[in-house]
Amino acid sequence: MRTTFTQLENFGHSLDAPAYLIKPRGTEEIYSAFKLAKQNELTVTARGAGRSYNDAALNGGGIVLDMTAMDQILEWDPATGLVRCEPGVTLEKLWQKVEPEGWWPPVVSGTMRTTLGGCLSANIHGKNNFKMGTIGEHVLEFTATLPTGAEVTCSPKKNADLFYAMISGYGMLGIFTSITLQMKRIYSGLLVVDALPVQNLNRHLTALYDGAPHNDYIVGWMETFAGGSGLGRGQIHAARYLHEGEDPNPQETMKLKNQILPPRIFGVFPKGLLHYFMRPFANNLGWRMVNIAKYIVSLPKHTFRQPHAAFHFLLDYVPNWELSYGRDGLIQYQSFLPKETAEAAWTEVLKLSQKRGMPSYLGVTKRHRPDKFLLTHSVDGFSLALDFKVKNSTRAKMSAMLQEFDKIIIAHGGRFYFAKNSETTAETALAFYGEETVKKFKQLKKRCDPNELLESDLYRRIFG
Amino acid sequence: MSDSSKSFDKTPSARTSQDKLAPATPLNPRHRAIVVGASVGMGAALSKKLAKEGYAVALVARQKDKLNTLCAEINQSVGETRALAYPHDVTNYKEVPGLLQKIVADLGGLDAFIFMAGINYPPGGNDKYNFENDRQMVEINLIGAMAWLNPVAEMFQSAKAGQIVGIGSVAGDRGRVGNPGYNTSKAGVHTYLEALRNRLTRHGVNVLTVKPGFVKTEMLKAAVGPTPFAIPVEKAVDDIYKAMQKRKQSIYTPFFWGYIMFVIRHIPSFVFRRLSF
Repeated sequence: MRTTFTQLENFGHSLDAPAYLIKPRGTEEIYSAFKLAKQNELTVTARGAGRSYNDAALNGGGIVLDMTAMDQILEWDPATGLVRCEPGVTLEKLWQKVEPEGWWPPVVSGTMRTTLGGCLSANIHGKNNFKMGTIGEHVLEFTATLPTGAEVTCSPKKNADLFYAMISGYGMLGIFTSITLQMKRIYSGLLVVDALPVQNLNRHLTALYDGAPHNDYIVGWMETFAGGSGLGRGQIHAARYLHEGEDPNPQETMKLKNQILPPRIFGVFPKGLLHYFMRPFANNLGWRMVNIAKYIVSLPKHTFRQPHAAFHFLLDYVPNWELSYGRDGLIQYQSFLPKETAEAAWTEVLKLSQKRGMPSYLGVTKRHRPDKFLLTHSVDGFSLALDFKVKNSTRAKMSAMLQEFDKIIIAHGGRFYFAKNSETTAETALAFYGEETVKKFKQLKKRCDPNELLESDLYRRIFG
Repeated sequence: MSDSSKSFDKTPSARTSQDKLAPATPLNPRHRAIVVGASVGMGAALSKKLAKEGYAVALVARQKDKLNTLCAEINQSVGETRALAYPHDVTNYKEVPGLLQKIVADLGGLDAFIFMAGINYPPGGNDKYNFENDRQMVEINLIGAMAWLNPVAEMFQSAKAGQIVGIGSVAGDRGRVGNPGYNTSKAGVHTYLEALRNRLTRHGVNVLTVKPGFVKTEMLKAAVGPTPFAIPVEKAVDDIYKAMQKRKQSIYTPFFWGYIMFVIRHIPSFVFRRLSF
């Protein structure tokens, strides 16, 4: 088994941690890596596509298992929509396999580059969280290798405690080796999308709340520079599937070529180069202009039809967009709040960021529902994800501001999501998970990983 | 990763919860450095400087008590755990790969490696020869450096990142009548670092050779003969830190030794043979 000492980064290019990289090709090699770790007194972390904004897939100075070589779709049944995959299969590979045959993954992230193993570890949600829950709710069964070498099979009925803890467990209990998922039937390659402007935070959240029951997907874009009466203004995109018969030519719209994102703008300019041109705008003034311009353009209410892939994978629309944030990269701050307290808390948060002169450059809102997974991030309410540019000159100031945000969110009964937040402390994590949950998780950890071999930088930060 | 780590005593210093570094995050990032030869002189001063500038520093040195005192002093002065202590004798070459692996895991990575360990035993007269002393100087100053820098270079080359700092000396620029053993050990260090630089620059690794003149340390007290332009250790350390930030290739500290050594390097042998320094 080859180990390569490699410099690894988070998705936002704002954190680096070199590690001994091993690319296992099966359960035996995963177990060998655990043995090697034990022998060398090192720890192990699994890494999928490395799309977490934080330290979830980093293990500085330790061993990192690059799971991308285990990327086979093992079984696919177009009659039932059941698919069994290795953990390194990306959402991209999955949807491109199932979509032309009339199926779509029930839950997808904003980028299709994520792997299923990573998706389960973070228990990702999509723009349909209020309706379909997290990806874990569509997992029928998975198998995993524990650090002890034991192979376990888990489903909501079998080894249920492990099922609900490993999904959402950030890879700290074991390594997924196969995942069985139920796909969702679709009758067209298109979605009907309504776009409507919202003038302030109250209307923004009301539109999400009221719009959710009538739609399959709902997501808001927040213009984060507006203050005063326009605080929290933005645009809502609500989408629904086309029912059987609504699309006159589903065979055509479901074709892969009609889903794949175009690599060039106007068929001419390669999008791979776009991030260079975005770089000059990656400052307060530039993004303020972009935000205001986008808001003005979004004002007319309109309805249109859009392919699934184009609607969902906005983050892939500009390849390597995260590089436009410059040398020090970006972080994302996402908070989840109950519907009753969201408006008050985010009003404070947004005002504070504007007052401190460190506005977010991009805000995204969603509607959520709670779930049964042990380390759940969800609530019956909303989430707001804010992107911040990291700058050497404002690191300390921004760090202090984010700690203030955390206090506001916790005081309002909120939660955080560890595919995103990079600055949350162990105390804050304990405050929203609750002592009982953490105790239960640590008991499971002791059972699955008695030698404490599975540790990521994230684990040490929030449970260390 | 190497199998040689098995030969390494895994508990050079018992870890406790106080020894834990604060988590590195995008807004509280952490550079990570190892200083070998950290307990006294320039090593101790540079360790303090690096910790003050926010680095997490692994202190490696033979003298355990001095090391632990320095470690506690650093952590107290910066108000959090930034220094970790690892007692180690640089002539215990076999221990190095395993210890390096352990330190990198404890630090959560490695950005800079500084080899400071060095001894100077002047023979005490131009007609004196002492093989035992010469051997020790070469074993610590040169072979000790190679024992550490080989695995460090391999790591950095593989990661395509990192910075190596080696301490040479103005004494390594020419062989002189006063201290052949020391001259040889430092000249060896210069050449070795140059070779590493030529290997590693293309992989994004910076190799800095520091050539100090006279610096007011314990080593200087043992010196025989005049020690002109001696500078305080803090001044030397500031120069090294600045050169690290600028990712320079080679510096003299203080800088004017560059001019002096330019002249000395060009003294023709038929003259040099007749000089008395």
